[in-house]
Amino acid sequence: MTTAPVPSHENGDGRLPGLRPDARNSLLRVEELVKEFVVGGRRGGRQVIRAVDGVSFDVSRGETFGLVGETGCGKSTLGRCVIRLQEPKSGRVYFDGVDVLALDRAQVRRMRRRFQIVFQDPYSSLDPRMSVAGIVEEGLRIHDIGDRAERRQRALEVLSIVGLDAEQATRKPHAFSGGQRQRIALARALVLNPELVVLDEPISALDVSIQAQVMNLLRSLQETFSLTYIFIVHDLAVAEYFCDRVAVLYLGGVQELADRETIFREPLHPYTVSLLSAVPIPDPARERRRERIVLRGEVSPASSVPGCRFRPRCPIGRDRELCQMEMPPLQELKPGHWIACHFPGELPVARVRGERATPAV
Amino acid sequence: MSAAVERTVESPGPTPADEVVLSVRDVHTHFGSRGGAVQAVRGVSFDLQRAEKLGIVGESGSGKSALALSILGLIEPPGRVVSGEVWLNGRDIRRLSDRRLQRVRGQEISLVFQDPMSALDPVKRIGDQLTEGILWHNPRLGRRAARRRAVELLREVEIPLAERRLADYPHQYSGGMRQRVMIAIALASEPAVLIADEPTTALDVTTQAQVLELLERLSADHHAAIILITHNLGIVAEFCDTVQVMYAGRIVERASTADAFARPVHPYTEALLESVPRPDQLQRGPLPSIPGMPPNLAALPPGCSFEPRCPLGHGREICRERMPPIVRHGTGFAECHFADERRAGVAPAAK
Repeated sequence: MTTAPVPSHENGDGRLPGLRPDARNSLLRVEELVKEFVVGGRRGGRQVIRAVDGVSFDVSRGETFGLVGETGCGKSTLGRCVIRLQEPKSGRVYFDGVDVLALDRAQVRRMRRRFQIVFQDPYSSLDPRMSVAGIVEEGLRIHDIGDRAERRQRALEVLSIVGLDAEQATRKPHAFSGGQRQRIALARALVLNPELVVLDEPISALDVSIQAQVMNLLRSLQETFSLTYIFIVHDLAVAEYFCDRVAVLYLGGVQELADRETIFREPLHPYTVSLLSAVPIPDPARERRRERIVLRGEVSPASSVPGCRFRPRCPIGRDRELCQMEMPPLQELKPGHWIACHFPGELPVARVRGERATPAV
Repeated sequence: MSAAVERTVESPGPTPADEVVLSVRDVHTHFGSRGGAVQAVRGVSFDLQRAEKLGIVGESGSGKSALALSILGLIEPPGRVVSGEVWLNGRDIRRLSDRRLQRVRGQEISLVFQDPMSALDPVKRIGDQLTEGILWHNPRLGRRAARRRAVELLREVEIPLAERRLADYPHQYSGGMRQRVMIAIALASEPAVLIADEPTTALDVTTQAQVLELLERLSADHHAAIILITHNLGIVAEFCDTVQVMYAGRIVERASTADAFARPVHPYTEALLESVPRPDQLQRGPLPSIPGMPPNLAALPPGCSFEPRCPLGHGREICRERMPPIVRHGTGFAECHFADERRAGVAPAAK
């Protein structure tokens, strides 16, 4: 069990970049997490890719922490490493004071009662041969909680909380629509009374009208069960609606981290601004006014370059020497607002949002 | 069901203009199933102008993809287009032989799917697939010229190092690049109409922006009319001139994009707009969601298909019993018993 933070990455006050001053009291504290994958192989071409590259953040009880970014930014891998569905290479994860990475397998299994995950695709994540009640009860069975009748009763209770009745509980998953399946997946996650739930794109596969239903359900469940969420999402409109604080990831590294008002109103990183600019706004008048930054190219971990990770696609840093030579450190420019950029704030956000120019107050 | 057929007689007629490239008239498409036929498309009519960008929005099962396949003559058994006409460049392509229709597809009208992997042959090099497509439409071109054209097309859709990447297989391309190849193939013959069915749904926002920009340029440069099928209202706002909202196999509202978003007439359109979190507003309270689910298309209610979920009409006798009329206004229309009241901003009488 290592507890001493690595001094080389510390901030002035001994804090790791990304952590809040009172991070020690947070339900979850992630420190300098690294996850690597080896790609290629056989005849040469073996390459090590850092899917998560030294990420630190903390999440308080009852908070919703968003991980956003494009495919390949490492958000899902990060979420899975935190609850040890994948094994990170290095770093530390503290959950309610417990060093999660130091636990052995049996201990991790016991810990799973306290943190759960809900996946994007409710079609592949539910066993098609089991009844809905059976799926929800399974966790109780694994953890040897209650007798048969008690488990069934608890399953029905949780199913009714997510909006499914006892008659539906006897059916199998194929009888349900995507939105209902996601309700079943939620019931399965909640039956053990977890404290932390990792939501990996939980509404992306659902229809528009159903997305709102499930988001509202997630909100009310959070209140009912005092849940802490890690919300992995590529849709920034959803992140803005749902999260309390957000970390924007690019090639495994945090580019910007702040509360949602700051991230969506006053982002300072050109990547965050570009991402926001790419989200179409359902308002034709605003769409006509606003400016769009279309990022060229795509995220490709193989093209890791010296200097800033985002530089090859950056609208402001592409040709700058500093950006080519030096990786910008994650710095706290305002309390709680972290940015990894040599030229924060240079790309203004107002124009890409189609806001009318208002004089600064 | 008979009611559905009867009332489509008064479906919105074509706007007489020589700029109309595609005119869809009263198309009905059914899929056979044990519980009775699923009526996927129930009497859809609309016109598409040259270079128009038309958005079709709706939930899964609303019939928007079935409509696209019906237009293209690509509905497969047990489904079939039961009736209707599809006028393209002056003739009803539903009357063409399969052979002729196959030529029309690709030459005059093209389709881009959500999943480009399903449309590309995984064991054939991208260059060969493109070249074959080009040769199929222009047999006299010759292999070398077709190959040159393939490179041009890849450049046009901004595939970096186009020449070198001709030798790649589809799996070596990213999702965004595959989608751009699909657009390149669709464009090889400069079609008058391009139907894009959820072309960006599987893509990142940044890649989505690239693909939309590409479609925008194609419509501007080649004057192709584009039908964009999507469930993303933001994309409609950004891209489309006109929008048609589909529900349970029918177009329940058609309007200019500006009107549809500013003054939606159909309660379903309004509910859809409200249920989407706006990326430009820091909302916090619960999102107004639409209760329930879309209806079973094999057992539709006798009245308005949206009545069970409608905040305005739910429980009203007229909505439950009678199909709503098509209420036209300008170039648009809405299928709602209360369309006039809603346009006038008057609250309908209490239930």
